[in-house]
Amino acid sequence: MGAGMLSPRDEADLAEAIRGANTPLHVRGGGTRGVPAQGEALSVARLSGVTLYEPGALTLVARAGTPLAEIEQALAAENQRLAFEPMDHRPLLGTQGTPTIGGAVAMNASGPRRIQVGALRDALLGVRFVDGTGMIVKNGGRVMKNVTGYDLVKLMAGSRGTLGVLSEVSLKVLPAPAAAATLVLPDEGPDRAVRQMAAALRSPFEVNGAAYLPGQGTLLRVEGFADSVAYRAGRLRDLLDDAADGDGDVWTGIRDAVPLGRDGDAWRISVRPSDGPRVVAAAKADRWFMDWGGGLVWAALPEGTDLRARLAGIDGHATLVRAGFDTHARLGTLHPEAPALRTLSDGLRARFDPRGILNPRAMATV
Amino acid sequence: MPEPDVRILNRKAQVVQRLLSVLPADAVIHEPHETRAYECDALTAYRCPPLAAVLPRSTDEVAAVLRICHEEGVPVVPRGSGTSLAGGALPTADSVILGVARMNAVLETDYDDRFIRVQSGRTNLSVTGAVEEDGFFYAPDPSSQLACAIAGNIAMNSGGAHCLKYGVTTNNLLGVTLVQMDGSVLEIGGPHLDAAGYDLLGVICGSEGQLGVVTEATLRILPKPEGARPVLMGFDDNETAGACVSAIIKAGVLPVAIEFMDRPCIRATEAFAQAGYPDCEALLIVEVEGSPAEIDEQLALILKIARGFDPVELRESKSAEESARIWLGRKSAFGAMGQINDYMCLDGTIPVSELPLVLRRIRELSVPYGLDVANVFHAGDGNMHPLILFDANKPGDLEKCEALGADILRLCVEVGGCLTGEHGVGVEKRDLMHDQFTDDDMEAQLRVKDVFDPAWLLNPAKVFPLDITRSRRPVAAE
Repeated sequence: MGAGMLSPRDEADLAEAIRGANTPLHVRGGGTRGVPAQGEALSVARLSGVTLYEPGALTLVARAGTPLAEIEQALAAENQRLAFEPMDHRPLLGTQGTPTIGGAVAMNASGPRRIQVGALRDALLGVRFVDGTGMIVKNGGRVMKNVTGYDLVKLMAGSRGTLGVLSEVSLKVLPAPAAAATLVLPDEGPDRAVRQMAAALRSPFEVNGAAYLPGQGTLLRVEGFADSVAYRAGRLRDLLDDAADGDGDVWTGIRDAVPLGRDGDAWRISVRPSDGPRVVAAAKADRWFMDWGGGLVWAALPEGTDLRARLAGIDGHATLVRAGFDTHARLGTLHPEAPALRTLSDGLRARFDPRGILNPRAMATV
Repeated sequence: MPEPDVRILNRKAQVVQRLLSVLPADAVIHEPHETRAYECDALTAYRCPPLAAVLPRSTDEVAAVLRICHEEGVPVVPRGSGTSLAGGALPTADSVILGVARMNAVLETDYDDRFIRVQSGRTNLSVTGAVEEDGFFYAPDPSSQLACAIAGNIAMNSGGAHCLKYGVTTNNLLGVTLVQMDGSVLEIGGPHLDAAGYDLLGVICGSEGQLGVVTEATLRILPKPEGARPVLMGFDDNETAGACVSAIIKAGVLPVAIEFMDRPCIRATEAFAQAGYPDCEALLIVEVEGSPAEIDEQLALILKIARGFDPVELRESKSAEESARIWLGRKSAFGAMGQINDYMCLDGTIPVSELPLVLRRIRELSVPYGLDVANVFHAGDGNMHPLILFDANKPGDLEKCEALGADILRLCVEVGGCLTGEHGVGVEKRDLMHDQFTDDDMEAQLRVKDVFDPAWLLNPAKVFPLDITRSRRPVAAE
């Protein structure tokens, strides 16, 4: 650990550290996700460990600094998993370190399966966090249906540590499937790919991965019990021309945006799925691919390119995932919000972190 | 409820006049014999006619109404179809009811992008109705789905019987048009799948009409499964039934529904609907979906697990007719209970593992009150619906019933659950919030309302205990 890093050992200690801080804090779990940093490092790595796991209730509770690998291992022992398939940012960003569950929650890191089972925020049942004043807050719980009070759980997912520092999270987990199949359709361009993916996603065959890799083609995934997977893969072959069997390992690379390579800025663009090809055409990216049936476009562009200007007129948003400090500052990490929404976001920020000390640049827009 | 603001009551004529200046005459209800229709929702124990009720037909009209009420300092209580069991749409005498029932159009349907955009007054079932011929459905299915509006579903984050697989409203909501108390109109989310910044949509859903009025909603629609089939199981005791639920979930099957009924409920529904249920302590209905072969595969596994728990009855449906028979009793349960008694329906959620303990404790808690409790609920997700039976005509019985209800909900919190799984807090559970949350926990929630509704005029006396919101709510002139 670096000199001067705050490393509280429990939630009370974390609250104390935040109350006592008089400079900005750079909140980190494993430090793998490339959130623009400023200030003194505050690590939650010591808030670690699974505190409750009930396979029969599909529920797991863990402290925020728990390594994702530890959680995945515990789940695998019971034949379960995190269904939202959290992205590992290390291959894209070249970061070192150990991804934590708190970091995944702070980024709402959701992979290809988002189109069928939902995002991380949909699996997040409860949180405990310490806000910018040092106040300890719990919200949600560990049950699947809970409408008691406002849902701050969703608000915390993807808030990048700017409203509070997570100390504990509780998650809905799902059974791991007994079998999986990946189908590959020949590459006939992005327009055709999105139509094929829409046809698959419109079918009742529960497709839980739908991506397009230029040069490789359209990829579809089904998972479940063996007979069911064989049946649904067969029906999809009937529905779509020229489907061949593919390798299921491809989904890890899609999840982690590996096809973008290590050069240039990396952007993540979220749009309605049928707009995916428009984004691709307008972006003129060096490397790109589509996930979520076309609704998520990953694009690598030369450093400093203002991709958002190229995408003007297309609804949705573009996030800068990998860029230099100057580019983050000049273009803004997140897509600019409409003025009225920005007023709300700023208002929330001002109330949860009145001193503006939590990850001050993590959600920067211009 | 707090005392009404006399200054507002005295200005009724002026407020009504201003509302009539932006709405057609048939959209402003203000005569005392007419406002009575809005005095309560499905929680009929509490009633109070509002100052007026308005029924706008467009987002612009909603914005105009809110702007006027904001300027006049008049509280607004949003209302969908008025089916809330928690008093979410209960007015105060100084408030305007804003009903969205006349806004029920389908605005856009897109099967390639798998969403539908509707005006928020549209009923839940008619959303599915608009897409089912094309093989789609809208997943959240609260039992009031024939009548309840999407606006109310969003306000309460409504669930239903099929949440284990499909989630609740928040997991199926992609975007909203939200009108703020000052009349400004916001677009939040849309057909894309995630938020650009903070997940404002996530906090709006379930905020019980306290952050803004939702006038349009973009909803995720799903392709209809090829088919579904249930199996019915009877057990000698609740513990065994609870253990069987856990074992099914652990085995890797994700049934679309797991419903549980206890003996008092089984007997009442049997007398009412003659579904042919076995006379046993606990009954489960487990339903799975897919193609015929997939259903066979899942049911075979479920039946194998169930046999290990020595059921007194195990009945697999072989046809649509048999499926309907299995569901008949469950679907008539509430009607059956209403036939023999007045009842209060609770809505606490518990960790599934605590099911046997909680059912035993509910029985023990009910003894000193001399009231019977029947249980029928969604066992897969732990959302209980204990029905406390009482006699509304017997003096003191309602009070006893409410006290027992509070005891049961505290029990749900004590074992790691919560006060309400899908009905909402409203006025009904407002004062129990102290049992689930610390003051700091609630302070964090109140800040969100401060940001969205700084004047605290939207449904202000709901959700949170009045003592902790007093300093924020407008002060009534005495």
